[in-house]
Amino acid sequence: MTAAIQVSSVTKRYGSLAALDSIDLAVEPGEFFGLLGPNGAGKTTLISIIAGLVRATSGRVAVLGHDVVDDARAARLALGVVPQELAFDPFFTVRETLVFQSGYFGLRANGAWIDEVLENLGLTSKADTNMRALSGGMKRRVLVAQALVHKPPVIVLDEPTAGVDVELRQTLWSFIRRLNREGHTIVLTTHYLEEAQALCQRIAMLKSGRVVALDSTRALLARLAGLQMTLRARGALPPSVLQHRIDERDGAVLLRLSQPSDVAAVLNACAAAGCILDDVEVGRADLEDVFLQITSDPAKRKAA
Amino acid sequence: MSTTNAGLADIRPGVPVAASAESSAAVAFRTLLVKEMLRFWKVSFQTIAAPVLTSVLYLLVFGHVLEEHVEALPGVSYTSFLVPGLVMMSVLQNAFANSSSSLIQSKIMGSLIFVLLPPFSHWQLFGAYVTAAVVRGVVVGVGVFAITAWFAPPSFAAPLWSLAFAILGAAMLGALGLIAGIWADKFDQLAAFQNFIVMPATFLSGVFYSVHGLPPFWQGVSHFNPFFYMIDGFRYGFFAQSDVNPWISLAVVAGAFAVTCGIALALLARGFKLRN
Repeated sequence: MTAAIQVSSVTKRYGSLAALDSIDLAVEPGEFFGLLGPNGAGKTTLISIIAGLVRATSGRVAVLGHDVVDDARAARLALGVVPQELAFDPFFTVRETLVFQSGYFGLRANGAWIDEVLENLGLTSKADTNMRALSGGMKRRVLVAQALVHKPPVIVLDEPTAGVDVELRQTLWSFIRRLNREGHTIVLTTHYLEEAQALCQRIAMLKSGRVVALDSTRALLARLAGLQMTLRARGALPPSVLQHRIDERDGAVLLRLSQPSDVAAVLNACAAAGCILDDVEVGRADLEDVFLQITSDPAKRKAA
Repeated sequence: MSTTNAGLADIRPGVPVAASAESSAAVAFRTLLVKEMLRFWKVSFQTIAAPVLTSVLYLLVFGHVLEEHVEALPGVSYTSFLVPGLVMMSVLQNAFANSSSSLIQSKIMGSLIFVLLPPFSHWQLFGAYVTAAVVRGVVVGVGVFAITAWFAPPSFAAPLWSLAFAILGAAMLGALGLIAGIWADKFDQLAAFQNFIVMPATFLSGVFYSVHGLPPFWQGVSHFNPFFYMIDGFRYGFFAQSDVNPWISLAVVAGAFAVTCGIALALLARGFKLRN
Protein backbone atom coordinates (compact mmCIF):
# COMPACT_ATOMS: atom_id res chain seq x y z
CA MET A 1 0.00 0.00 0.00
CA THR A 2 1.33 3.41 -0.96
CA ALA A 3 2.06 5.63 2.01
CA ALA A 4 0.18 8.91 2.26
CA ILE A 5 3.49 10.58 2.95
CA GLN A 6 6.82 8.80 2.59
CA VAL A 7 9.88 10.63 3.89
CA SER A 8 13.12 8.86 3.00
CA SER A 9 16.45 9.95 4.53
CA VAL A 10 15.65 13.63 4.18
CA THR A 11 18.39 16.02 5.21
CA LYS A 12 18.18 19.78 5.03
CA ARG A 13 21.24 21.89 5.70
CA TYR A 14 21.47 25.64 6.02
CA GLY A 15 25.20 26.19 5.84
CA SER A 16 26.69 24.01 8.55
CA LEU A 17 23.41 23.71 10.45
CA ALA A 18 21.44 20.54 9.80
CA ALA A 19 17.81 21.55 10.25
CA LEU A 20 16.82 17.99 9.38
CA ASP A 21 19.21 15.10 9.75
CA SER A 22 18.33 12.00 7.77
CA ILE A 23 14.63 11.81 8.58
CA ASP A 24 12.72 8.64 7.73
CA LEU A 25 9.05 8.25 8.32
CA ALA A 26 5.90 7.01 6.64
CA VAL A 27 2.37 8.23 7.28
CA GLU A 28 -0.19 5.61 6.33
CA PRO A 29 -3.33 6.48 4.35
CA GLY A 30 -6.22 7.38 6.62
CA GLU A 31 -3.99 7.98 9.61
CA PHE A 32 -4.22 10.85 12.09
CA PHE A 33 -0.54 11.51 12.60
CA GLY A 34 1.13 13.87 15.06
CA LEU A 35 4.45 15.60 14.53
CA LEU A 36 5.72 16.97 17.83
CA GLY A 37 8.87 18.58 19.01
CA PRO A 38 10.21 21.68 20.70
CA ASN A 39 10.67 24.95 18.77
CA GLY A 40 13.44 24.63 16.22
CA ALA A 41 13.16 20.84 16.06
CA GLY A 42 12.56 20.99 12.31
CA LYS A 43 8.80 20.34 12.13
CA THR A 44 8.02 23.29 9.88
CA THR A 45 11.05 22.62 7.69
CA LEU A 46 9.85 19.05 7.20
CA ILE A 47 6.34 20.22 6.33
CA SER A 48 7.76 22.81 3.92
CA ILE A 49 9.71 20.08 2.14
CA ILE A 50 6.60 17.89 1.92
CA ALA A 51 4.71 20.88 0.49
CA GLY A 52 7.44 21.67 -2.05
CA LEU A 53 8.11 25.08 -0.49
CA VAL A 54 11.63 24.14 0.50
CA ARG A 55 13.95 21.73 -1.26
CA ALA A 56 15.69 19.02 0.71
CA THR A 57 19.48 18.95 0.56
CA SER A 58 19.21 15.19 0.10
CA GLY A 59 16.62 12.47 0.39
CA ARG A 60 13.15 12.11 -1.12
CA VAL A 61 9.58 12.79 -0.15
CA ALA A 62 6.51 11.35 -1.87
CA VAL A 63 2.84 12.19 -1.33
CA LEU A 64 0.63 9.24 -2.24
CA GLY A 65 3.55 7.87 -4.22
CA HIS A 66 4.18 11.12 -6.14
CA ASP A 67 7.65 12.55 -5.66
CA VAL A 68 7.33 16.16 -4.50
CA VAL A 69 10.08 17.31 -6.87
CA ASP A 70 9.87 15.07 -9.94
CA ASP A 71 6.10 14.67 -9.91
CA ALA A 72 5.30 17.94 -8.17
CA ARG A 73 2.00 18.50 -9.94
CA ALA A 74 0.38 15.29 -8.73
CA ALA A 75 1.95 15.62 -5.27
CA ARG A 76 0.59 19.14 -4.79
CA LEU A 77 -2.88 18.21 -6.01
CA ALA A 78 -2.97 15.49 -3.35
CA LEU A 79 -1.87 17.78 -0.55
CA GLY A 80 -3.58 20.50 1.48
CA VAL A 81 -1.36 22.55 3.78
CA VAL A 82 -2.37 24.92 6.57
CA PRO A 83 0.72 27.05 7.11
CA GLN A 84 1.76 28.26 10.51
CA GLU A 85 2.23 31.90 9.50
CA LEU A 86 -0.96 33.91 9.46
CA ALA A 87 -0.82 35.03 5.82
CA PHE A 88 -3.64 36.61 3.82
CA ASP A 89 -4.21 38.66 0.70
CA PRO A 90 -5.59 42.04 1.81
CA PHE A 91 -7.29 42.84 -1.49
CA PHE A 92 -10.01 40.22 -1.31
CA THR A 93 -12.97 38.90 0.67
CA VAL A 94 -13.09 35.47 2.28
CA ARG A 95 -15.13 34.01 -0.57
CA GLU A 96 -12.94 35.55 -3.25
CA THR A 97 -9.89 34.12 -1.49
CA LEU A 98 -11.43 30.65 -1.58
CA VAL A 99 -12.66 30.92 -5.17
CA PHE A 100 -9.15 31.92 -6.28
CA GLN A 101 -7.57 29.10 -4.30
CA SER A 102 -9.95 26.62 -5.96
CA GLY A 103 -9.06 28.02 -9.35
CA TYR A 104 -5.34 27.65 -8.67
CA PHE A 105 -5.98 23.92 -8.27
CA GLY A 106 -7.86 23.88 -11.57
CA LEU A 107 -11.36 23.87 -10.07
CA ARG A 108 -14.25 25.81 -11.53
CA ALA A 109 -17.71 26.06 -10.01
CA ASN A 110 -16.52 24.87 -6.63
CA GLY A 111 -19.15 26.99 -4.87
CA ALA A 112 -21.04 24.18 -3.17
CA TRP A 113 -17.93 22.79 -1.52
CA ILE A 114 -16.72 26.28 -0.59
CA ASP A 115 -20.08 26.93 1.09
CA GLU A 116 -19.76 23.71 3.01
CA VAL A 117 -16.23 24.46 4.17
CA LEU A 118 -17.31 27.97 5.23
CA GLU A 119 -20.23 26.50 7.16
CA ASN A 120 -18.12 23.88 8.90
CA LEU A 121 -15.52 26.42 9.97
CA GLY A 122 -18.10 28.93 11.18
CA LEU A 123 -17.18 31.41 8.44
CA THR A 124 -20.50 31.72 6.62
CA SER A 125 -21.34 35.11 8.12
CA LYS A 126 -17.88 36.41 7.18
CA ALA A 127 -17.93 35.15 3.58
CA ASP A 128 -18.17 38.62 2.05
CA THR A 129 -15.92 40.37 4.58
CA ASN A 130 -12.55 41.65 3.45
CA MET A 131 -9.66 39.59 4.80
CA ARG A 132 -8.17 42.70 6.39
CA ALA A 133 -11.23 43.13 8.61
CA LEU A 134 -11.03 39.66 10.16
CA SER A 135 -9.69 38.88 13.62
CA GLY A 136 -6.65 36.64 13.95
CA GLY A 137 -8.76 33.60 14.80
CA MET A 138 -10.99 34.18 11.78
CA LYS A 139 -7.97 34.55 9.50
CA ARG A 140 -6.72 31.24 10.86
CA ARG A 141 -10.03 29.62 9.89
CA VAL A 142 -9.67 30.97 6.36
CA LEU A 143 -6.20 29.41 6.17
CA VAL A 144 -7.75 26.07 7.03
CA ALA A 145 -10.48 26.61 4.44
CA GLN A 146 -7.92 27.47 1.79
CA ALA A 147 -6.11 24.21 2.43
CA LEU A 148 -9.33 22.25 1.94
CA VAL A 149 -10.79 23.83 -1.23
CA HIS A 150 -9.50 21.07 -3.49
CA LYS A 151 -10.52 18.23 -1.14
CA PRO A 152 -6.96 17.01 -0.75
CA PRO A 153 -6.63 13.37 0.36
CA VAL A 154 -3.68 14.36 2.56
CA ILE A 155 -4.02 17.35 4.88
CA VAL A 156 -1.12 18.85 6.82
CA LEU A 157 -1.82 21.33 9.60
CA ASP A 158 1.14 23.24 11.03
CA GLU A 159 0.08 24.48 14.47
CA PRO A 160 -3.47 25.32 13.37
CA THR A 161 -4.61 26.16 16.89
CA ALA A 162 -1.72 28.41 17.92
CA GLY A 163 -3.23 31.49 19.57
CA VAL A 164 -6.75 30.40 18.79
CA ASP A 165 -9.74 30.48 21.15
CA VAL A 166 -11.36 27.39 22.61
CA GLU A 167 -14.41 27.66 20.38
CA LEU A 168 -12.40 27.48 17.17
CA ARG A 169 -10.34 24.62 18.50
CA GLN A 170 -13.52 22.65 19.13
CA THR A 171 -15.04 23.56 15.74
CA LEU A 172 -11.82 22.84 13.92
CA TRP A 173 -11.19 19.49 15.54
CA SER A 174 -14.67 18.20 14.98
CA PHE A 175 -14.37 19.11 11.29
CA ILE A 176 -10.88 17.65 10.94
CA ARG A 177 -12.00 14.48 12.74
CA ARG A 178 -14.86 14.16 10.30
CA LEU A 179 -12.50 14.58 7.35
CA ASN A 180 -10.30 11.89 8.88
CA ARG A 181 -13.30 9.53 9.28
CA GLU A 182 -14.14 10.14 5.63
CA GLY A 183 -10.70 8.87 4.69
CA HIS A 184 -8.47 11.94 4.60
CA THR A 185 -5.02 11.47 6.04
CA ILE A 186 -4.21 14.12 8.64
CA VAL A 187 -0.78 15.27 9.78
CA LEU A 188 -0.75 17.67 12.68
CA THR A 189 1.84 19.66 14.53
CA THR A 190 0.75 21.33 17.73
CA HIS A 191 2.07 22.78 20.93
CA TYR A 192 -0.98 21.53 22.82
CA LEU A 193 0.02 18.02 23.74
CA GLU A 194 -3.40 17.16 25.05
CA GLU A 195 -4.68 17.82 21.52
CA ALA A 196 -2.15 15.43 20.05
CA GLN A 197 -2.95 12.84 22.71
CA ALA A 198 -6.68 13.09 22.03
CA LEU A 199 -6.48 13.15 18.23
CA CYS A 200 -3.41 11.37 16.93
CA GLN A 201 -3.14 7.63 16.43
CA ARG A 202 0.58 7.80 15.88
CA ILE A 203 3.19 10.33 16.84
CA ALA A 204 6.69 11.21 15.70
CA MET A 205 8.77 13.32 18.03
CA LEU A 206 11.45 15.47 16.51
CA LYS A 207 14.38 16.99 18.28
CA SER A 208 17.24 18.90 16.67
CA GLY A 209 16.31 17.62 13.24
CA ARG A 210 16.10 13.95 14.21
CA VAL A 211 13.22 11.58 14.89
CA VAL A 212 13.66 10.64 18.55
CA ALA A 213 10.44 8.66 18.89
CA LEU A 214 7.98 7.21 16.42
CA ASP A 215 5.21 5.06 17.77
CA SER A 216 1.50 4.80 18.39
CA THR A 217 0.22 7.27 20.93
CA ARG A 218 -0.80 4.39 23.15
CA ALA A 219 2.64 2.76 23.04
CA LEU A 220 4.32 6.09 23.78
CA LEU A 221 2.12 6.55 26.82
CA ALA A 222 2.83 2.97 27.91
CA ARG A 223 6.52 3.82 28.05
CA LEU A 224 5.71 5.71 31.19
CA ALA A 225 3.41 3.05 32.48
CA GLY A 226 2.10 3.11 35.97
CA LEU A 227 1.06 6.01 38.12
CA GLN A 228 2.50 9.32 39.08
CA MET A 229 2.10 10.46 42.65
CA THR A 230 2.86 13.91 43.97
CA LEU A 231 3.45 14.35 47.71
CA ARG A 232 3.78 17.49 49.75
CA ALA A 233 4.97 16.48 53.20
CA ARG A 234 6.31 17.95 56.43
CA GLY A 235 9.26 15.97 57.77
CA ALA A 236 11.69 13.66 55.95
CA LEU A 237 10.21 11.01 53.69
CA PRO A 238 11.37 7.46 54.51
CA PRO A 239 13.82 5.75 52.09
CA SER A 240 11.17 3.24 50.99
CA VAL A 241 9.22 6.18 49.56
CA LEU A 242 12.18 8.07 48.16
CA GLN A 243 13.21 5.09 46.02
CA HIS A 244 10.26 5.91 43.75
CA ARG A 245 11.26 9.54 43.43
CA ILE A 246 11.69 10.84 39.88
CA ASP A 247 11.53 14.59 40.36
CA GLU A 248 11.01 17.40 42.82
CA ARG A 249 9.05 20.54 42.00
CA ASP A 250 8.34 23.50 44.29
CA GLY A 251 8.83 21.46 47.43
CA ALA A 252 6.64 18.60 46.18
CA VAL A 253 8.08 15.19 45.47
CA LEU A 254 7.08 13.37 42.30
CA LEU A 255 7.02 9.56 42.50
CA ARG A 256 6.53 6.94 39.81
CA LEU A 257 4.69 3.85 41.00
CA SER A 258 4.34 0.66 39.01
CA GLN A 259 0.97 -0.44 40.42
CA PRO A 260 -2.00 0.96 42.33
CA SER A 261 -1.19 -1.08 45.46
CA ASP A 262 2.05 0.92 45.79
CA VAL A 263 -0.09 3.94 46.69
CA ALA A 264 -1.17 2.35 49.94
CA ALA A 265 2.40 1.24 50.70
CA VAL A 266 3.69 4.81 50.27
CA LEU A 267 0.97 6.25 52.47
CA ASN A 268 1.58 3.66 55.17
CA ALA A 269 5.34 4.23 55.08
CA CYS A 270 4.80 7.98 55.48
CA ALA A 271 2.45 7.46 58.43
CA ALA A 272 4.93 5.04 60.06
CA ALA A 273 7.75 7.57 59.64
CA GLY A 274 5.64 10.31 61.21
CA CYS A 275 5.43 12.44 58.06
CA ILE A 276 2.47 14.77 57.88
CA LEU A 277 1.08 14.95 54.34
CA ASP A 278 -0.24 18.35 53.27
CA ASP A 279 -1.19 17.29 49.78
CA VAL A 280 -1.39 14.09 47.74
CA GLU A 281 -2.17 13.74 44.06
CA VAL A 282 -2.29 10.53 42.02
CA GLY A 283 -2.58 10.44 38.20
CA ARG A 284 -1.51 8.72 35.02
CA ALA A 285 1.46 9.81 32.93
CA ASP A 286 0.35 11.93 30.00
CA LEU A 287 1.94 12.77 26.69
CA GLU A 288 3.59 15.79 28.20
CA ASP A 289 5.59 13.60 30.55
CA VAL A 290 6.59 11.33 27.68
CA PHE A 291 7.49 14.34 25.61
CA LEU A 292 9.62 15.84 28.35
CA GLN A 293 11.31 12.56 29.04
CA ILE A 294 12.17 11.95 25.38
CA THR A 295 13.09 15.45 24.33
CA SER A 296 14.92 16.62 27.42
CA ASP A 297 18.66 16.36 27.57
CA PRO A 298 19.59 12.93 29.07
CA ALA A 299 22.49 14.42 31.06
CA LYS A 300 20.21 16.99 32.63
CA ARG A 301 17.62 14.34 33.37
CA LYS A 302 20.10 12.29 35.32
CA ALA A 303 21.20 15.30 37.31
CA ALA A 304 17.65 16.21 38.30
CA MET B 1 -18.33 19.62 -17.53
CA SER B 2 -16.54 18.64 -14.38
CA THR B 3 -18.03 16.73 -11.51
CA THR B 4 -17.13 19.39 -9.00
CA ASN B 5 -20.64 19.93 -7.77
CA ALA B 6 -21.52 16.28 -7.44
CA GLY B 7 -22.59 15.31 -3.95
CA LEU B 8 -22.82 18.26 -1.62
CA ALA B 9 -21.92 16.26 1.46
CA ASP B 10 -19.31 14.19 -0.30
CA ILE B 11 -15.99 15.07 1.24
CA ARG B 12 -14.26 11.83 0.56
CA PRO B 13 -10.72 12.42 -0.60
CA GLY B 14 -9.78 12.17 -4.19
CA VAL B 15 -8.96 14.66 -6.82
CA PRO B 16 -12.44 15.81 -7.77
CA VAL B 17 -12.04 18.25 -10.53
CA ALA B 18 -11.73 19.08 -14.11
CA ALA B 19 -12.24 16.95 -17.16
CA SER B 20 -8.60 16.84 -18.22
CA ALA B 21 -5.21 18.02 -17.03
CA GLU B 22 -5.18 20.50 -19.87
CA SER B 23 -8.39 22.23 -18.93
CA SER B 24 -7.52 22.37 -15.24
CA ALA B 25 -4.21 23.99 -16.16
CA ALA B 26 -6.15 26.56 -18.18
CA VAL B 27 -8.47 27.23 -15.24
CA ALA B 28 -5.47 27.69 -12.95
CA PHE B 29 -3.80 30.11 -15.34
CA ARG B 30 -6.96 32.12 -15.89
CA THR B 31 -7.64 32.32 -12.16
CA LEU B 32 -4.18 33.68 -11.38
CA LEU B 33 -4.46 36.16 -14.24
CA VAL B 34 -7.86 37.40 -13.07
CA LYS B 35 -6.60 37.66 -9.49
CA GLU B 36 -3.56 39.65 -10.60
CA MET B 37 -5.75 42.01 -12.63
CA LEU B 38 -8.28 42.46 -9.82
CA ARG B 39 -5.41 43.22 -7.50
CA PHE B 40 -4.61 46.46 -9.31
CA TRP B 41 -8.19 47.14 -10.36
CA LYS B 42 -9.36 47.17 -6.74
CA VAL B 43 -6.91 49.96 -5.98
CA SER B 44 -7.24 51.65 -9.36
CA PHE B 45 -7.16 55.12 -7.89
CA GLN B 46 -3.57 54.46 -6.95
CA THR B 47 -2.57 52.15 -9.80
CA ILE B 48 -4.32 53.84 -12.74
CA ALA B 49 -5.57 57.32 -11.85
CA ALA B 50 -2.36 58.41 -10.11
CA PRO B 51 0.03 57.62 -13.00
CA VAL B 52 -2.41 59.22 -15.47
CA LEU B 53 -2.37 62.42 -13.42
CA THR B 54 1.44 62.39 -13.24
CA SER B 55 1.69 62.16 -17.02
CA VAL B 56 -0.80 64.95 -17.53
CA LEU B 57 1.27 67.17 -15.23
CA TYR B 58 4.39 66.40 -17.29
CA LEU B 59 2.52 67.35 -20.43
CA LEU B 60 1.18 70.59 -18.99
CA VAL B 61 4.51 71.73 -17.58
CA PHE B 62 6.95 70.60 -20.27
CA GLY B 63 4.53 71.18 -23.11
CA HIS B 64 3.87 74.72 -21.96
CA VAL B 65 7.50 75.60 -21.32
CA LEU B 66 9.05 73.99 -24.39
CA GLU B 67 6.32 74.27 -27.01
CA GLU B 68 7.80 77.46 -28.51
CA HIS B 69 11.44 76.40 -28.32
CA VAL B 70 11.72 72.82 -29.45
CA GLU B 71 10.87 71.05 -32.66
CA ALA B 72 11.88 67.48 -32.00
CA LEU B 73 10.58 66.07 -35.27
CA PRO B 74 10.11 68.10 -38.44
CA GLY B 75 6.55 69.39 -38.78
CA VAL B 76 5.45 68.02 -35.38
CA SER B 77 4.64 70.35 -32.47
CA TYR B 78 6.46 69.63 -29.21
CA THR B 79 3.26 68.80 -27.33
CA SER B 80 2.24 66.36 -30.05
CA PHE B 81 5.72 64.86 -29.91
CA LEU B 82 5.56 64.53 -26.15
CA VAL B 83 2.21 62.70 -26.02
CA PRO B 84 3.38 59.31 -27.34
CA GLY B 85 6.53 59.51 -25.22
CA LEU B 86 4.49 60.04 -22.06
CA VAL B 87 2.01 57.34 -23.01
CA MET B 88 4.77 54.81 -23.57
CA MET B 89 6.64 55.85 -20.44
CA SER B 90 3.46 55.23 -18.41
CA VAL B 91 2.92 51.88 -20.10
CA LEU B 92 6.46 50.76 -19.27
CA GLN B 93 6.65 52.04 -15.71
CA ASN B 94 3.27 50.64 -14.76
CA ALA B 95 3.93 47.25 -16.32
CA PHE B 96 7.09 47.06 -14.21
CA ALA B 97 5.32 48.31 -11.11
CA ASN B 98 2.56 45.73 -11.43
CA SER B 99 4.51 42.50 -11.48
CA SER B 100 7.24 43.71 -9.13
CA SER B 101 4.94 45.13 -6.46
CA SER B 102 2.58 42.16 -6.61
CA LEU B 103 5.46 39.79 -5.95
CA ILE B 104 7.23 41.75 -3.26
CA GLN B 105 3.95 42.45 -1.48
CA SER B 106 2.89 38.82 -1.41
CA LYS B 107 6.41 37.81 -0.38
CA ILE B 108 6.41 40.21 2.56
CA MET B 109 2.79 39.51 3.55
CA GLY B 110 3.46 35.78 3.28
CA SER B 111 0.54 35.29 0.89
CA LEU B 112 2.85 34.10 -1.89
CA ILE B 113 2.47 30.68 -0.28
CA PHE B 114 -1.04 30.45 -1.78
CA VAL B 115 0.53 30.55 -5.23
CA LEU B 116 3.45 28.29 -4.33
CA LEU B 117 1.33 25.46 -2.88
CA PRO B 118 -0.85 24.80 -5.95
CA PRO B 119 0.60 22.95 -8.94
CA PHE B 120 1.54 25.94 -11.11
CA SER B 121 4.24 25.48 -13.71
CA HIS B 122 6.81 28.23 -14.15
CA TRP B 123 5.24 29.02 -17.52
CA GLN B 124 1.85 29.57 -15.94
CA LEU B 125 3.26 31.86 -13.26
CA PHE B 126 5.26 33.79 -15.83
CA GLY B 127 2.32 34.07 -18.22
CA ALA B 128 -0.15 35.28 -15.59
CA TYR B 129 2.14 37.87 -13.97
CA VAL B 130 3.41 39.25 -17.26
CA THR B 131 -0.01 39.36 -18.92
CA ALA B 132 -1.46 41.22 -15.93
CA ALA B 133 1.49 43.64 -16.15
CA VAL B 134 0.79 44.24 -19.86
CA VAL B 135 -2.90 44.84 -19.13
CA ARG B 136 -2.11 47.36 -16.39
CA GLY B 137 0.46 49.11 -18.60
CA VAL B 138 -1.94 49.32 -21.52
CA VAL B 139 -4.87 50.49 -19.37
CA VAL B 140 -2.76 53.30 -17.90
CA GLY B 141 -1.40 54.09 -21.37
CA VAL B 142 -4.90 54.36 -22.80
CA GLY B 143 -5.87 56.62 -19.88
CA VAL B 144 -2.88 58.90 -20.44
CA PHE B 145 -3.56 58.98 -24.16
CA ALA B 146 -7.26 59.76 -23.74
CA ILE B 147 -6.50 62.79 -21.61
CA THR B 148 -3.38 64.10 -23.33
CA ALA B 149 -4.99 63.73 -26.76
CA TRP B 150 -7.26 66.52 -25.64
CA PHE B 151 -4.25 68.87 -25.48
CA ALA B 152 -2.74 67.86 -28.81
CA PRO B 153 -4.90 66.30 -31.53
CA PRO B 154 -3.40 62.85 -32.08
CA SER B 155 -2.26 61.48 -35.39
CA PHE B 156 -2.29 57.79 -36.25
CA ALA B 157 0.14 57.31 -39.09
CA ALA B 158 0.78 53.62 -38.41
CA PRO B 159 -1.11 52.56 -35.25
CA LEU B 160 -0.21 48.86 -35.48
CA TRP B 161 3.40 49.78 -34.80
CA SER B 162 2.38 51.58 -31.65
CA LEU B 163 0.33 48.62 -30.51
CA ALA B 164 3.16 46.18 -31.17
CA PHE B 165 5.69 48.30 -29.26
CA ALA B 166 3.30 48.94 -26.38
CA ILE B 167 2.59 45.25 -25.86
CA LEU B 168 6.13 44.02 -26.39
CA GLY B 169 7.60 46.81 -24.27
CA ALA B 170 5.09 46.21 -21.47
CA ALA B 171 5.81 42.48 -21.60
CA MET B 172 9.54 43.13 -21.30
CA LEU B 173 9.00 45.44 -18.33
CA GLY B 174 6.53 42.97 -16.80
CA ALA B 175 9.21 40.27 -17.03
CA LEU B 176 11.81 42.66 -15.61
CA GLY B 177 9.43 43.45 -12.75
CA LEU B 178 9.07 39.74 -12.12
CA ILE B 179 12.85 39.38 -11.91
CA ALA B 180 13.12 42.37 -9.57
CA GLY B 181 10.27 41.10 -7.42
CA ILE B 182 11.84 37.65 -7.13
CA TRP B 183 15.27 39.10 -6.32
CA ALA B 184 14.22 41.75 -3.81
CA ASP B 185 13.61 40.78 -0.20
CA LYS B 186 12.52 44.21 0.97
CA PHE B 187 10.57 47.13 -0.42
CA ASP B 188 13.62 49.40 -0.41
CA GLN B 189 15.59 46.98 -2.59
CA LEU B 190 12.76 47.06 -5.08
CA ALA B 191 12.59 50.85 -4.83
CA ALA B 192 16.32 50.99 -5.60
CA PHE B 193 15.79 48.84 -8.69
CA GLN B 194 12.97 51.13 -9.77
CA ASN B 195 14.71 54.44 -8.99
CA PHE B 196 18.19 53.61 -10.22
CA ILE B 197 17.46 51.42 -13.23
CA VAL B 198 13.92 51.73 -14.53
CA MET B 199 13.38 55.45 -13.97
CA PRO B 200 16.68 56.66 -15.48
CA ALA B 201 16.37 54.26 -18.40
CA THR B 202 12.86 55.47 -19.25
CA PHE B 203 13.68 59.13 -18.66
CA LEU B 204 16.82 59.01 -20.79
CA SER B 205 15.13 57.17 -23.62
CA GLY B 206 13.87 60.13 -25.61
CA VAL B 207 10.50 60.62 -23.95
CA PHE B 208 11.09 64.37 -23.73
CA TYR B 209 13.42 64.89 -26.68
CA SER B 210 14.64 63.39 -29.92
CA VAL B 211 18.06 61.83 -29.52
CA HIS B 212 19.07 63.67 -32.71
CA GLY B 213 19.22 66.77 -30.55
CA LEU B 214 21.81 65.18 -28.24
CA PRO B 215 25.60 65.48 -28.51
CA PRO B 216 27.07 62.52 -30.47
CA PHE B 217 28.38 60.79 -27.33
CA TRP B 218 24.99 60.70 -25.65
CA GLN B 219 23.35 59.72 -28.92
CA GLY B 220 25.66 56.72 -28.93
CA VAL B 221 24.87 55.90 -25.31
CA SER B 222 21.14 56.09 -25.99
CA HIS B 223 21.49 53.37 -28.59
CA PHE B 224 22.42 50.91 -25.83
CA ASN B 225 19.21 51.64 -23.97
CA PRO B 226 16.40 49.28 -25.01
CA PHE B 227 13.87 51.79 -23.69
CA PHE B 228 15.00 54.21 -26.38
CA TYR B 229 13.89 51.75 -29.07
CA MET B 230 10.55 51.20 -27.34
CA ILE B 231 9.76 54.91 -27.23
CA ASP B 232 11.10 55.56 -30.71
CA GLY B 233 9.19 52.67 -32.24
CA PHE B 234 6.01 53.55 -30.38
CA ARG B 235 6.26 57.14 -31.60
CA TYR B 236 6.76 55.92 -35.17
CA GLY B 237 3.18 54.66 -35.02
CA PHE B 238 1.99 58.23 -34.50
CA PHE B 239 4.09 60.21 -36.96
CA ALA B 240 5.65 57.63 -39.28
CA GLN B 241 8.94 59.33 -38.38
CA SER B 242 11.59 57.98 -36.07
CA ASP B 243 15.25 58.19 -35.13
CA VAL B 244 15.78 54.52 -35.96
CA ASN B 245 14.17 52.23 -38.51
CA PRO B 246 11.16 50.69 -36.66
CA TRP B 247 12.08 47.17 -37.77
CA ILE B 248 15.44 47.53 -36.08
CA SER B 249 13.72 48.89 -32.96
CA LEU B 250 11.29 46.00 -33.00
CA ALA B 251 14.15 43.51 -33.25
CA VAL B 252 15.99 45.16 -30.34
CA VAL B 253 12.86 45.22 -28.15
CA ALA B 254 12.04 41.62 -29.03
CA GLY B 255 15.63 40.68 -28.16
CA ALA B 256 15.41 42.48 -24.81
CA PHE B 257 12.12 40.73 -24.11
CA ALA B 258 13.63 37.35 -24.97
CA VAL B 259 16.48 37.96 -22.52
CA THR B 260 14.30 39.08 -19.59
CA CYS B 261 11.82 36.33 -20.42
CA GLY B 262 14.58 33.73 -20.31
CA ILE B 263 15.96 34.99 -17.00
CA ALA B 264 12.52 35.23 -15.37
CA LEU B 265 11.55 31.72 -16.51
CA ALA B 266 14.84 30.28 -15.31
CA LEU B 267 14.43 31.90 -11.89
CA LEU B 268 10.85 30.62 -11.59
CA ALA B 269 11.81 27.12 -12.72
CA ARG B 270 14.65 26.96 -10.20
CA GLY B 271 12.47 28.45 -7.50
CA PHE B 272 15.20 31.04 -6.87
CA LYS B 273 14.44 32.77 -3.54
CA LEU B 274 10.92 31.32 -3.72
CA ARG B 275 11.58 27.68 -2.84
CA ASN B 276 14.90 27.78 -1.00
